[in-house]
Formats: sequence, structure tokens, C-alpha cells
Amino acid sequence: MTATLDLAPLLPELLLAAATLGLIVLGAIRERRDGAAIVTPLAVAALVVAAAAALALDKTPTVLLGGHFRFDAFAAILKALVLLATAASLLLIASYQEDERIDRFEFPLLALCSALGMSLMVSAESLLGLYMALELQSLPLYVMAAFQRDQLRSTEAGLKYFVLGALASGMLLYGCSLVYGFTGTLSFARLAEAFGPGAAGGMPIGAVVGLVFVIAGLAFKLAAVPFHMWTPDVYEGAPTSVTAFLAAAPKLAALGLALRVLMGPFADWAAQWQQVIVLVSAASMVLGALAGLVQTNIKRLLAYSGIANVGFALVGVAAGTAEGVEAALVYMLIYLVMTLGTFGIVLTMRRQGTYVETIAELAGLSQRRPLLAAAIAVFMFSLAGIPPLAGFFGKYFVFLAAVKAGLVWLAILGVLASVVAAYYYLRIVKLVYFDPAAEPFDELPAPGLRLVTTLSAAFVLGFVVIPGPVFAAAKLAAAALVPAALGR
Amino acid sequence: MSDWPLLSLTIFLPLVGVAFILFVRGEEAIVAQNARAVALWTALATFLISLMIWANFDPAQGGYQLVEQAMWLEPLGVRYHLGVDGISLWLVLLSTLLTVIVVVGSWYSVQERVKEYMITFLIMDTLMVGTFCALDIVLFYIFFEGILIPMYLIIGIWGGPRRIYSAFKFFLYTLAGSVLFLIAIVVMVREAGTTSIPELTRHDFPVAMQTWLWLALFASFAVKVPMWPFHTWLPDAHVEAPTAGSVLLAGVLLKLGGYGFLRFSLPMLPEASAYFAPMVYALSIVAIVYTSLVALVQTDMKKLIAYSSVAHMGIVTIGCFTANAMGLTGSLVQMLSHGLVSAALFMVVGVVYDRIHSREIETYGGLAERMPVYATIFMLFMLASVGLPGTSGFVGEILVIIGIFNITPESAAIPAQGSWVALLAASGMILGAAYMLWLYRRVIFGALEKAGLARIEDLRANEIAAFAPLVLLVILMGVYPSFFTDPMAASIDRLLAEIGAHAPGRLALSSP
Repeated sequence: MTATLDLAPLLPELLLAAATLGLIVLGAIRERRDGAAIVTPLAVAALVVAAAAALALDKTPTVLLGGHFRFDAFAAILKALVLLATAASLLLIASYQEDERIDRFEFPLLALCSALGMSLMVSAESLLGLYMALELQSLPLYVMAAFQRDQLRSTEAGLKYFVLGALASGMLLYGCSLVYGFTGTLSFARLAEAFGPGAAGGMPIGAVVGLVFVIAGLAFKLAAVPFHMWTPDVYEGAPTSVTAFLAAAPKLAALGLALRVLMGPFADWAAQWQQVIVLVSAASMVLGALAGLVQTNIKRLLAYSGIANVGFALVGVAAGTAEGVEAALVYMLIYLVMTLGTFGIVLTMRRQGTYVETIAELAGLSQRRPLLAAAIAVFMFSLAGIPPLAGFFGKYFVFLAAVKAGLVWLAILGVLASVVAAYYYLRIVKLVYFDPAAEPFDELPAPGLRLVTTLSAAFVLGFVVIPGPVFAAAKLAAAALVPAALGR
Repeated sequence: MSDWPLLSLTIFLPLVGVAFILFVRGEEAIVAQNARAVALWTALATFLISLMIWANFDPAQGGYQLVEQAMWLEPLGVRYHLGVDGISLWLVLLSTLLTVIVVVGSWYSVQERVKEYMITFLIMDTLMVGTFCALDIVLFYIFFEGILIPMYLIIGIWGGPRRIYSAFKFFLYTLAGSVLFLIAIVVMVREAGTTSIPELTRHDFPVAMQTWLWLALFASFAVKVPMWPFHTWLPDAHVEAPTAGSVLLAGVLLKLGGYGFLRFSLPMLPEASAYFAPMVYALSIVAIVYTSLVALVQTDMKKLIAYSSVAHMGIVTIGCFTANAMGLTGSLVQMLSHGLVSAALFMVVGVVYDRIHSREIETYGGLAERMPVYATIFMLFMLASVGLPGTSGFVGEILVIIGIFNITPESAAIPAQGSWVALLAASGMILGAAYMLWLYRRVIFGALEKAGLARIEDLRANEIAAFAPLVLLVILMGVYPSFFTDPMAASIDRLLAEIGAHAPGRLALSSP
């Protein structure tokens, strides 16, 4: 053991933790005057700096903190993405928070705590690290869901999210304990040795059961069927700003964590977990597509759309190959951008001072706000997976990975589900472009929201021109994850 | 000049026009006028550049020409790979020409959201030309599928009363077929390890796999063509689409299906194509006979022409799967001819619809009295649709029918199958004559006594300008077809060689 502890790979986390503590003090001092107005930009700055730090660090795989934390290219890239997504969400929601009078300085702080948790999640290197990071990410989210505490809807959403989330955490923890009980170790590296091809005997049945529980817990965080029940209610009940937050970064982090577990210690046992993931993925795609058809509230619709999209990303995970990991990451990143952009639009749906959530309110938008309408059309066609928009490339890549892994039927089911889902995306385009105009929305002076929506639309439209960087980043991340697991 | 990237210029020039239109600001009337002008100049310039493609095309070569290649999507091995051959050359020109014509034709008739209207049509131009030029299967799919977006908007925004239903039906129907094609692409790419169309053509796919791949491709192309029984979206889409939308839908979009058969199904999956050819013949014959009968009883002019399109495209699909030089040439000529004639017929309907706002045949009668120019032009295209010798329609049909007789006996599932197919296909021409002549009689002849028709005006200058090139081309193709077929010949020979090269022992389809 070396005498000095090298904490450099922890720099992003240290920055975030320091920023959180510093901003608590600052917020407490300035609360009366302009707490949120000053804390939010600083929190965004801290997130961007931490993301830059993650990318700038030396990406040779390093294990720290007693084997609970791992830093490598996978961790670096995912950290940068989740932190930037968190920053984008904070920019996106500022105007809504102000209008709804929930622009308290605690909100960005909770977001920072959650971001710290996400950052640790994608670096988890043991079952304990996994659980701790996941809880650190989740607890602030429960509070945020109930943030509009004088509204029944919001408190109900928060409570529902908390109770179901606690149940999922319990399952996860139970799964971890089973794996630990049957193998005697928490460390991913040791588990990989224990289950490696050199290991005698198969995977103990108890550990398999444990793994299934762990997957169930992760599926809850990803909002995949059959652990999706909370999603529509929480999405609808929570303030729209919180929904926008929930739908973006945490999902990418949860996918990163799932990849860490499945492609890490259990990579050699793909046969054991592949069936579970295939089932979860197929069910999510189908349910997300069908249930979305009958929604009238745009937040519920986006909840089901999110369920379906996680199903698509899991198609890549189910492939169980390096290419599948790449595909899932590319898919999730594109989905993340589309979601941020779409919520950017939902957050502008304010009419005479009140925010509206019914899809029908979008009717005829193209006649009064052509640019906003064009942005909606871009996001909807992209979510439906129509080329040349970004969403198509994500779908193509996951299906390619699935077919290469022999999962042709899953791919066929996926494309058929995407046709069904196309209906509800088209319905929004129809409302915006084909229907007579309803009352106009208010003009919002919201620079952050505009910036994020515009950037997202530009990404979705321009992806076809320069697709290289996204694929290269995903390849780098997958390469760091997969050989580390297979070790050969 | 030929070292200019002519294909890329043709594909992306319309997008430059779109950028210009986006920057047009000011009062609504001025914006509309400027948008029209920009769209017209852009479409014209694009058409002129596409003529340069034709000028630089060497008809003696069968391979792809004016090829452009660049790595584009490295991790997936997808290239930006373009090229034209004798099969795609005319279809590229058809697309750029029809874009000019629809811009001219809707100069006065479209008054709402002119800016968006012109933008969607220019985007259509880009996507159509891109589809025909793409030599990478993923790139092809991107253009092919991307067309759904502008077409959905065209039908939905500028369409008739049931436009929303039709737009959804069009979009979802086509998408459902196309996603299976996407899966087939993925499987083919995985099997052959390349996305390049020429390389995929050289790859031997196992026969068992071919069957599934062929069916997946068929799902997409049969909906596009459309073949009976996958045609039900077409009458709805045509009836509700604005005239210009119908023109591009009939003129170019239906060709994508036929082009798909020629570019993918036949050369890449020859054994499966031979196996399924009798099914294609059967479905095409049903399409020809059944939809012709359906066309006879239509009361809506656009619906009638839409059903006649299904019948005419039946000739195209039979021609594709005869897989001999005559049949394939006939199939391509029929596609071009249908592209011109049906486009013109939809414009013919559009002319009176703009004036009277009715598509019902009953509303009209005796138009010859007040609209002599209109009546003449209508007659020409009506006769071309029927297949009168001297017009383009005749050339395609006769070549396909000769092609059917040339189907080699060993390929026939039933003895003397060729003659039966030819007989039934030719019956479509008789039925075609029946419904078209009857339509013409009811609309043009008789006394001009129906309400509202007394003051109807003859063609405006912009309408004559839009019809003129079509008239010329239809007659040129009728009297001097080798002008069009000569550049095709070498490519068709190459295609036949590709079909034959795969399995010399099982030369089921090809006949020299």
C-alpha cells in the first residue's frame, strides 16, 4: 500500500461535494433576497467544471476507496454526460420554478447531491458502492418530486415515488446480500474472478436469484416494465421541472450502473441474465407503445414514451456484447437530448400565467410560433425513429447489435412497437400543424430554456451530418467497460 | 465539368433554397411571392444540374457512374456513397422535373402557408433524388424513409377534408412496411459485412435466408408500389392530398417501390425472387384486373386515377419479375411513363378542382365548350394512360407484355404461364380504355349545362407552362423510345448478369 492516497480520479466528486457545501452556506445567507437566482448559476457552473474535470483526467483504469470506486474511460464519459445533462436540466427549469414560486435555493443543491450520486453510480466497483451511490442519487429526487409541498398532486407524487423507490431499494439490497452470501465478496473484481471461465462449478443458484433481484432494483430506476408503475403517476404529479429532471440524467446514470453490473462481474454469465433483460426490454417496448396511445396528458405520454425508449436501449444491453453496450449508450444519449428538448417545449406551455399539460393545448401552434412548432416536429419525428433525425441512428444501432447477437425476434418486435408508438408522436405533430389554432401561449423570457431547446433541436437535426463524435465516445466507453470485465 | 460532385449538388441544392426561404421576412403577401420565386429558381437550377448528370452519363457503361464516396459513419461502416446507372438516371431527372412542375403548377392555387409549402417540396426534392442516387443501403434507407416526413405534412396541412385520416394512414402503413425492410438491412449487413449496395449485390445470401429477406423487402416495396392488397392507403392519400402532393406521390414515390425491386430484391436475392415470381404475377394481375374494375365505378376523379395507378404499377411489377431485358426495360419505361402521365392527370383534375372545388365527375360535363386547350391536353394524357401507340404508355406496356412471353419455360411454375399472364395483363389495357374514355366523355363532352360551369376559365399561363414539358415528353417517349431506353440498356444487361451470376446452376429467372 502506498503511503499517499491519490485522490485525483475523485476530482469531479470532490468538486461537486465542495460546491454543494459551499452553496448551502451561500444560499442560507442570501435566502431572503435572491437565493435561487444566485445558487442556480453557480451550481450549473460547478456541474460543468466537474464534467470538464472528468473528461480531462487520466483515463487509465484506477480503483480507489478500498475497491468500491473505479475510474476509467467509461466512468469519465458517463460522468461528463450525466453532469452536463443535470446542468442542462437546471437551465431548462429555472423559468418554470420562478413562475410556480418554487425557486428555492435548496432545489439546485438537491440536484447537485443527486448528480454526485449519479457520478458515483457510473463508477461503482462493488455492490456496496452501487447501493450507496444509488441511494445518494435517489433520496434528493424523492424530495424534489414533493417540492411543491402545498399541492396535493406533488406531495402524492413524492410519497408514491419514495415508497415504491424504497421497495425497489430493498429488493436491490436483498439481491446484493444474496450475492454476497453465496460468494463471500462485494467487490466486482472478485465476483468476476469467482464467476470467470476458470472458476470451478457454475454460478451458485442463490447468486443467480440475487442477481435477478439486483436487476429488478435497477429496472425500477430505469422505469422498465414490470417496475414502471410509478413512472406515469410521478411524472404527472411532480412539478414539470422535476419531471424534466427525472426523465433525463438519472436514466442515463441508471443505465450506466446496470451496464457496470451486468457487463462487469456477471459478463461471463450473460446467459443467466440475458433472458431477463430480453423479457424486460420486450415488455417495456410493447407496453410503452400501447399505453401511450390513450394518454391525453403530455407528461404521462412522455412517461410511457420513456418506458418504451428504455426498452429500446435495453435491446442493446440484451445483446451482451461490446457493440451492444455502445449501441445502448448511443441510444440513451440521443434519447436524453430528445427528452431535454421535448421538456423544453412542455415547459413553455403557459397560457395566461398558468401552465397547461393537456396535449390538445398544442393545437395549431405552428400558426403562431413556427419555430417552436418546428422544434416539436423535429423531436417527435426523431422519437418515432424517422431518418434523417438522430433517433433513427440510435434505433438502427441497437437493432444491429441485437441482430448480431442473434436476437432477431427482439429486433422485429422492437420495430413493430416503434410503428405503434409512431402514432402518438404523429398525433402531436398533427395537433401542432394540422389543427386550427388555440389561444396562444405566453411569451416566456427564459434564456436558459431557449438555449437548451435550441441546442437539443440542433443536435437532433445535425446528428446526420456529424455522427462521428458520439459513436467514437460510445466506443471508447464500451471498450473501457467490456475488456475490463472479460479481462481477456 | 464531370469532376464536379454533380450528384451531391443535385441532392443538396434544394436545401440551399430552403435556407433562403427561411430567411424571407416581411409581410405575408411579399413573403409568399418571394418564397415562390426562390423555390422556382432553386428547382430550376436543380433540374439543370440534373440535366448535367444526363449529359455526363456514358450510356455505353453498365456500371455506376459519377460515383462519389466518403467515409461518413465510421463505426457502422456506412459510407456516403452515390452514383447513377441507367436504371436510376431517368428517375433522378423525373424527380427534379416534377418538382419544377409542381412549383409552377401551384403558383396561384396555394395561398396558405406558402413559405412552408415551398420548403416541404424542396426538401422532398432532396430526399427523392438522394434515394435514387444512394449506393449505400443505410444511406438509401435514410432518404427513402425520410420522405415520409414532408409527405405527411403535405397531406395533413394542405389536404382535403379527410386529410388527417389519410395522412396517418399513409404514414403508418408505409412505416410498417419500411421497418421490416430496416430489419432486413440489418440482417444483410450483418451477413455480408458491408453496407455498400454493389458489394451486397455480389454477396451470395443463403437461399433459406433469402426467402425471409425477400419477404421483408417485399413488405416495404409492395406497400410503396402499391401492390394489391397493400394499396388501400393510396386512394385515400391521393384523394386528400393537394394536387402537387398527388403529383409527386404518383409521379415519384410509387416508383420507389419498383426501383427497390430492381435495385435490391432482384440482384441481391435472385433465388427468392425466382421462387416468389409467380406470386408477384398473381398479385399484379389481380391488381390490374380488380383495380381497373374498381376504377370503372368511381365517382371521384382523383380516386379513379389513383386506382388506375395501382393497375399501371401492376404492369411495372410484372415487368420487374420477368427478369429479361424486354420485361425490365418495359418496366422502367412504364415507370417513367406513369410518372409523367399520372402526374399530368392529377394536375388535370387539379385544374378544375381549383376552379369549382369539386372532384365529383357528376359536377362536370361539356367542358370542351369553354376550355378547348384543357380538353386537348386532357385527351392527350387520357390516351397516353390508355396506352395508345404514339404515346409513352404504349411503349412500356408492349415491352412488358413481350417480356412476359419471353419468360423461359423452365422458369414457369405452370406450363404456358407466360401467355396467361400476358393475356390477363393485356385485359387491363382494355379496361383502362373503358374507364378513361368514359371519364373523358362525362367530363369533357356533352352540353355545358351544369350549375357553376358557365363561367369556367381555360388554362392559365402557369398551368400551360406546367403541362408543356409533360406533353413533349409523353409524345417523345411514344415516338422515339430509344432515346430513353438506350442509356438503360447497358445497366439492364449488368443487372441481368448479376441475377444470373449468383447461382449458375439455378438460372431460374434469367433468359438472354
